[in-house]
Amino acid sequence: MEQQYYVEMRDINKQFGDFQALEQINFGIEKGKLIGLLGPSGSGKTTILRILAGLETAETGDIIINGQVVNDIPASQRGIGFVFQNYALFRYMTVFENVAFGLRVQKWPKSRVKERVNEMLRLVGLEGLEKRYPSQLSGGQRQRVAFARALAPEPQLLLLDEPFAAIDAKVRQELRRWLKGMISTVGITSIFVTHDQEEAIEVADEIIITNQGRIEQIGKPVDIYRNPTTPFVARFIGDSAELENVHLFPGFEYAADQIKHAIIRPEYLTVYKKGEPVEYPNSVEPGVVVQSAFRGTVTEYQIRLSDGTILTANRLVDTAPLAEGEQVQIFARRLLAFDEERAFPVENICLAGVRPYVI
Amino acid sequence: MKRKQKKKTRVIPGFGLSLGVTVTILSLVVVIPLCSLVVFTSQLSFSDFLSTVTSSRVMSSYWVSFSTALVASLINAGMGLMIAWVLVRYDFPGKRIMDGMIEIPFALPTAVAGISLTHLTTTNGWVGSLFDKIGIQIAYTRIGITVALVFIGIPFVVRSVQPVLEKIDPQYEEAAGMMGATRCYTFFRVILPEILPALIAGFTMAFARCLGEYGSVVFIAGNTPYKTEITPLLIMAQLQEYDYASATSIALVMLIAAFLILFINAVLQSRTSKIVSGIE
Ligand SMILES: Nc1ncnc2c1ncn2[C@@H]1O[C@H](COP(=O)(O)OP(=O)(O)O)[C@@H](O)[C@H]1O
Ligand SMILES: [Mg+2]
Repeated sequence: MEQQYYVEMRDINKQFGDFQALEQINFGIEKGKLIGLLGPSGSGKTTILRILAGLETAETGDIIINGQVVNDIPASQRGIGFVFQNYALFRYMTVFENVAFGLRVQKWPKSRVKERVNEMLRLVGLEGLEKRYPSQLSGGQRQRVAFARALAPEPQLLLLDEPFAAIDAKVRQELRRWLKGMISTVGITSIFVTHDQEEAIEVADEIIITNQGRIEQIGKPVDIYRNPTTPFVARFIGDSAELENVHLFPGFEYAADQIKHAIIRPEYLTVYKKGEPVEYPNSVEPGVVVQSAFRGTVTEYQIRLSDGTILTANRLVDTAPLAEGEQVQIFARRLLAFDEERAFPVENICLAGVRPYVI
Repeated sequence: MKRKQKKKTRVIPGFGLSLGVTVTILSLVVVIPLCSLVVFTSQLSFSDFLSTVTSSRVMSSYWVSFSTALVASLINAGMGLMIAWVLVRYDFPGKRIMDGMIEIPFALPTAVAGISLTHLTTTNGWVGSLFDKIGIQIAYTRIGITVALVFIGIPFVVRSVQPVLEKIDPQYEEAAGMMGATRCYTFFRVILPEILPALIAGFTMAFARCLGEYGSVVFIAGNTPYKTEITPLLIMAQLQEYDYASATSIALVMLIAAFLILFINAVLQSRTSKIVSGIE
């Protein structure tokens, strides 16, 4: 049975001159979902969004919204609200006029315009500011205006290009939660672009990871995090450290021949202070604490192995603190191994059960 | 209380020196000549001054000067905006040459412009003969004066609007377009407000310049008293009769007019910059 998607891109290719900006883009989005488009800068996220919106045309492929191929439908008739990266608020219009813009253009009756704008301003929590100009607002307030302006004409699909990029870190956290709540209140299918994995993981129902104009992986944040399927995603997601000499790590010798590259994440590691009981004494590797950083519930340590590799590992606050320069022992539960095409987890032999295996 | 706050150190050094030089140059070039105007004028009693600057011939010269300058600047505002738009928004062969040609009115001696325009627009000239057939005379009428002033004023509008237009983020238009606005609606509601301050500035500069333009106009105007005699020409005429006091009196009126125009411009500019920069 084929899944019913609300928004779909099929075989989209896009070139700017000789430069292949997008290559065979295929994905589908279910109605009502909040999708994060995540990738490094220049990977084609904005271009995907602009092609969906109709601001850019692809050389090949189809864009399907609500069962209809919209390739030849102009941007304004696709039922899309777009929040631009720098908001593109009209500087010479008040907040009210900005939000009313789309409604006026679509010839809504005056009384309904006023009603709808006030409703939107209430929704985004900007009542009382309707007479201000964009220059008299904070970054977060501007974003809310842009959001209200995009939503006012009742679009079916909301696209947001790096909605938090221009906002300082303190407010960003709060705005993320706000936006997620707001979108689920309105119940609108949404796609937002970000280059910040933490943001995508926290906000999105589903993540699409782009790299060099191609899609690397699509999936729920937790799946993407746990089971990256491509080398790029394995490296890109999580606080990963790359391992040079896998065979050095006790417990993984059995797989060392098959593994070319591997990364290791903090959550795979347990750090033992000298004298603490060790669960698998045969599989620990000595290391030296190089740096520590208090992170609230955990303390983050940078630990150097004998071959010079630096790993990041966490210890809960209620455990004994480690001093810089202190000798410790590290146990790794698993590695994330990958070759040119795919990525796969490898368990420590102590945990892998009776028959050690490589997937 | 005893000591003022320490002087703030500035990022760019030499503030005192550069301010001193600026003030000196400004006084030498602008303020002192202007003061001399007032001094010369004060040789006349106030009633003499009034009767000089309100004599019927002078009054009609104001009218000629102001009406032609206003019409020419309005034409320039429209035409200059269009030229700037074409130069910024479209690519076509010869664009760079056209861009360079905008400055010709600045570079050309105004007398040369005046003579060639007169030649073109007399009833025997290439352009003038065409218009003569439909009964319109250009040279030696106010239309001719306006033509010369349009020529003089073009660069002001183009050069003030062009850079602003270049800087407008295309996302404004995309945002408006996404919401269904037509290009025309977007132009008037979104782009025009952005360039209006520059347009007004260009317009006022052109207007102020047109009011004082002498060289190119005297040839094409015909200089018939009460009809095509501009105020700067009257000032010239008084000077040639060594009547400095009368000349400076009329000049003073023009000066006040110029100040008023620039003042209005400044007020309009500060209003728009308040909206953009958010300073109350
Ligand atoms: N209008 C354009 N002309 C030429 N190249 C472009 C244009 N827009 C984007 N690109 C190129 O396409 C690539 C992807 O751009 P973009 O989609 O903006 O990336 P992202 O949003 O992921 O940072 C970049 O290398 C960029 O330089
Ligand atoms: Mg981008």
